[in-house]
Amino acid sequence: MSVPLAAPPAVSADPGPLERLRVLAARVGAMCLVELQKLRRDQTELLTRAIQPALWLLIFGETFTRLRAIPTGSTPYLDYLAPGILAQSALFIAIFYGIQIIWERDAGVLAKLLVTPTPRAALVAGKAFAAGVRALVQALMVLVLAAILGVALTANPLKLLAMAVVLVLGSAFFCCLSIVIAGIVLSRERLMGIGQAITMPLFFGSNALYPVDLMPPWLKVLSHVNPLSYQVDALRGLLIGTPAHLGLDFGVLAAATAIGVSVASALLGRLAR
Amino acid sequence: MTEPPAVRCAGLSHSFGASRAVDDVDLEIATGEVFGLLGPNGAGKTTTLRMITTLLPTAPGRITVFGVDVARRRMAVRRLIGYVPQQLSADGGLTGRENVALFARLFDVPRARRAEQVRLALELVGLADDAGRTAKTYSGGMIRRLELAQALVSSPRLLILDEPTIGLDPVARSSVWERITEIRAATGMTVLVTTHYMDEAEQYCDRVALMHAGRIRALGTPAELEADLGPESTLDDVFRAVTGNRLESGEGGIRSVRATRRTARRLG
Repeated sequence: MSVPLAAPPAVSADPGPLERLRVLAARVGAMCLVELQKLRRDQTELLTRAIQPALWLLIFGETFTRLRAIPTGSTPYLDYLAPGILAQSALFIAIFYGIQIIWERDAGVLAKLLVTPTPRAALVAGKAFAAGVRALVQALMVLVLAAILGVALTANPLKLLAMAVVLVLGSAFFCCLSIVIAGIVLSRERLMGIGQAITMPLFFGSNALYPVDLMPPWLKVLSHVNPLSYQVDALRGLLIGTPAHLGLDFGVLAAATAIGVSVASALLGRLAR
Repeated sequence: MTEPPAVRCAGLSHSFGASRAVDDVDLEIATGEVFGLLGPNGAGKTTTLRMITTLLPTAPGRITVFGVDVARRRMAVRRLIGYVPQQLSADGGLTGRENVALFARLFDVPRARRAEQVRLALELVGLADDAGRTAKTYSGGMIRRLELAQALVSSPRLLILDEPTIGLDPVARSSVWERITEIRAATGMTVLVTTHYMDEAEQYCDRVALMHAGRIRALGTPAELEADLGPESTLDDVFRAVTGNRLESGEGGIRSVRATRRTARRLG
């Protein structure tokens, strides 16, 4: 044994607020990097996960475009639908992230992560944004398919960047929601059940498939408290140029993510026990 | 001023519902020693470790790690600790190197030193040649050594290993212990290890504490404990005398068996 590791750390001082922000950013970066490293070797999963959004666009989208049953003004229905399917594929990825947390708890990984100098909120934020990174890679495939089907997508790099931010924020929120459920039910099976039970109402109770104006009043209310609606509104505005409330959308998504991270990190202790 | 010990626990207690997992434990681990916490399943070993590693509250007791209070300064304590949990917990989807690099980042090893530090840690555990393969292709013993590298990459002062050889074949078991011994010799770090393999404790630990039903029933070097019981006794005999011959007790049993099975399934 010739080469010892570097000198062991001295006892560190308590970090100030700037140092805490740096730690948060560093942890989020580390976890997003891991996600990308795994994705690189997981291309089959990337492809199989693209099947469902592809079918929505190809079958549902093409058919309803011909039916002209849903009034979308001058926007072709397929164009109207594409951002909704983009948000849906991100939602379906993020909402089952809690399963990974429960698996990590059972495998001792969570305990190992919690013994690193990583505040719980940074750990949750890291997971949440890693879900966003995965959703983003998935979104690329949906976007390519949409472009092939003739959806008139924007080519403005700033708008595309903003779209990426919206997707990541939305996925981060739904990932936190999933971790919150995981922290409450503590079992994969129950999380699967609840995840499946809430994805449909989240999806159909949003503006992803049809304008909110068509909904009965009670469903409109649901749609207005549903972060997915704000995500779709922003995506639609950015990608195909329909009128959108971008400021409100960003605000709601950012606030929802912040609340999600704090509630999920409060529940992380339950998972670690 | 004298150096504080690596770990000092005073009046440690913890209950899960009605059952008292740890019951008024006092313990001191000297800097630089390999300390074995022994006992049957459900004796309270893992709960004690979880309190030292900041995962469970320490009240009403008090723990210091190198003089730093665990309850009050969790982040500072975590920077001093390298922890390997009982289950095989490396990420099968990442390569050996990526697994270790993740922990280098989580411990803020400076970017300029990171690659070198990761390489050294992998070298220390004898995985330099396999670092580019995904961990799911590793054997159980290799995964254990990879986890050692993950724990070592931050140059901790205290290495905590929860049943490091559980579920490994005899060859892998001795190779894991040889690494631990070498690492201690090379770095002088303090090692706290739990095990219920008495032969391992006898061979590799400087001092041991025998835990049973949440309490420490015997404490000393393996030789002292054996001599106390009588000539020709082994640590196994001491263990039997202390635990009243029962190897299984309490409720830790089922959960750890389940965890081990899950691990076995995952690694296929």
